Amino acid sequence: MNKARIRWHILVFLAPAVLVYTAVMIFPLFNTLRLALYTRIEQERVFAGLDNFRTLFFDPIWAEQFWNALGNNFWFFLVHMLVQNPIGIALAALLSHPRLRFAALYRSAIFIPTILSFVIVGFAWKLILSPIWGIAPSMLDAVGLKSLFAPWLGKEEYALTTLALISVWQFVGIPMMLIYAALLTIPEEILEAGEVDGITGMPAFWKIKLPLILPSIGIISILTFVGNFNAFDLIYAAQGALAGPDFSTDILGTFMYRTFFGFQLQLGDPHMGSAIAGAMFAIILLGVCIYLFGIQTRMRRYQL
Amino acid sequence: MNKARSNPLNTVMMHGALILYTLIALFPVFVILINSFKTRKAIFREPLALPDADSFSTIGYETVMKQGDFFLYFQNSMVVTVASLFFVLLFGAMAAYALSEYRFRGNMLMGLYLALGIMIPIRIGTVAILEMMVATGLVNTLWALILVYTAQGLPLAVFILSEFMRQVSDDLKNAGRIDGLSEYTIFFRLVLPLVRPAMATVAVFNMIPIWNDLWFPLILAPAEETKTLTLGSQVFIGQFVTDWNAVLSALSMAILPVLILYVIFSRQLIRGITSGAVK
Repeated sequence: MNKARIRWHILVFLAPAVLVYTAVMIFPLFNTLRLALYTRIEQERVFAGLDNFRTLFFDPIWAEQFWNALGNNFWFFLVHMLVQNPIGIALAALLSHPRLRFAALYRSAIFIPTILSFVIVGFAWKLILSPIWGIAPSMLDAVGLKSLFAPWLGKEEYALTTLALISVWQFVGIPMMLIYAALLTIPEEILEAGEVDGITGMPAFWKIKLPLILPSIGIISILTFVGNFNAFDLIYAAQGALAGPDFSTDILGTFMYRTFFGFQLQLGDPHMGSAIAGAMFAIILLGVCIYLFGIQTRMRRYQL
Repeated sequence: MNKARSNPLNTVMMHGALILYTLIALFPVFVILINSFKTRKAIFREPLALPDADSFSTIGYETVMKQGDFFLYFQNSMVVTVASLFFVLLFGAMAAYALSEYRFRGNMLMGLYLALGIMIPIRIGTVAILEMMVATGLVNTLWALILVYTAQGLPLAVFILSEFMRQVSDDLKNAGRIDGLSEYTIFFRLVLPLVRPAMATVAVFNMIPIWNDLWFPLILAPAEETKTLTLGSQVFIGQFVTDWNAVLSALSMAILPVLILYVIFSRQLIRGITSGAVK
């Protein structure tokens, strides 16, 4: 083949994807980071260097909101890691049990919340937890725990955790499916070898299966991290853009939306919005890098 | 199967745990659906009872039909989802083919470049995306959404599809070349049909996030005539928040299409996830 010839078909095959991806994803991403360095003075766009970030991190009014949103976001993530992923793993372990009947049925049913939109999930739980309707209090009453009921979504100290648990309820299907898939790839011989040595039941899970699915747990953790740090929809659907009560459920996504579009009396500010997007970008990038270089490369993988 | 791993008590406990969790997963959906068919009084008096002759009412659905343009919203969601999936699959498969089939300078680099987007959410670029859509006049059109979702879906699509395309036999493609087929014909007539299962997986993966997205419809296309079902129900519920019949009916109407899609595609979806396509 003549090497100097340009193989046009390669270009034709690559061009549409590369063009759309570059124009709508990569370029705006960098443009947003660039916009974060500007500010608006009397309708003019002026270069401001790192002023926006300085305002965001240190100006008393902004900093309080920013650190509040960031702290809430970490708590949101922590609840997912501590509740969603263990439940997902437990369900997957049960489902992958050989000869379990109706496994496909359970699997499909438990996955249903995951396919619903945040709007549905947010409102549905809002109604169920609402003291006006009274489903939650009367159900607690039935088991004698009525005194535990509180308007969870309306109380500052519970609202964020409640929302995080609603999100866990919705997304538990994803770790369940991924772990289930990983458990299915474990060869039967290994488990049988364990049995010969007398390792069955729970010890078999802890000593044989769990080490083998660690890489999948790593992937789930980073997916959870990225998903949580750009979450927005559930909080917006359930609590509105103000992330009430008193900003106690504000996370970076809602904070950015409010800043960008404005709310009530405050005007929208695309430049501060970009600065928050920049901070989100840095956090997500940091998380992904920690995972890729700190965790994934050190994880022991077993050849199956 | 030996005895060591199956004792009846364990089996009962396993089913117990799974049934309990299944109930937790389905209960809210069930409550919303049954109450949407009840009168206002019955909703509050006996929220957990099934609708009977006495409490049956479709007043909520009537309000929704009269006040909200749910058919238009549904149609918009359909158009956006189907068009985005079409472009993700077509462009994604073409790029995946170029990356997996040909050796050229920058192949690796291009693959990495396209894979960047798997981990970085496109939402970070929202401010500039909106600015660009305003500048090009695409704001408040369905095209804005289609473009964004196409860009968002491409990285994972290219990644998954190129894995699968590497497995298509070289002999087949070379046989085509000897018969004088052009590279395009080889791609469309020989390779695409062979990776159809992988395409279905990619489609199902992308379908749900696109259909359910609230962020981009809210920001790029909030006009009445371009509202998607997700945004439409969000706005509708916000306005009718005290009309419980209407809210419950609107929620049910938003749940049903997804549920139907899920019943049709669940096998494909679950096979896609469990076949390790996302590893």
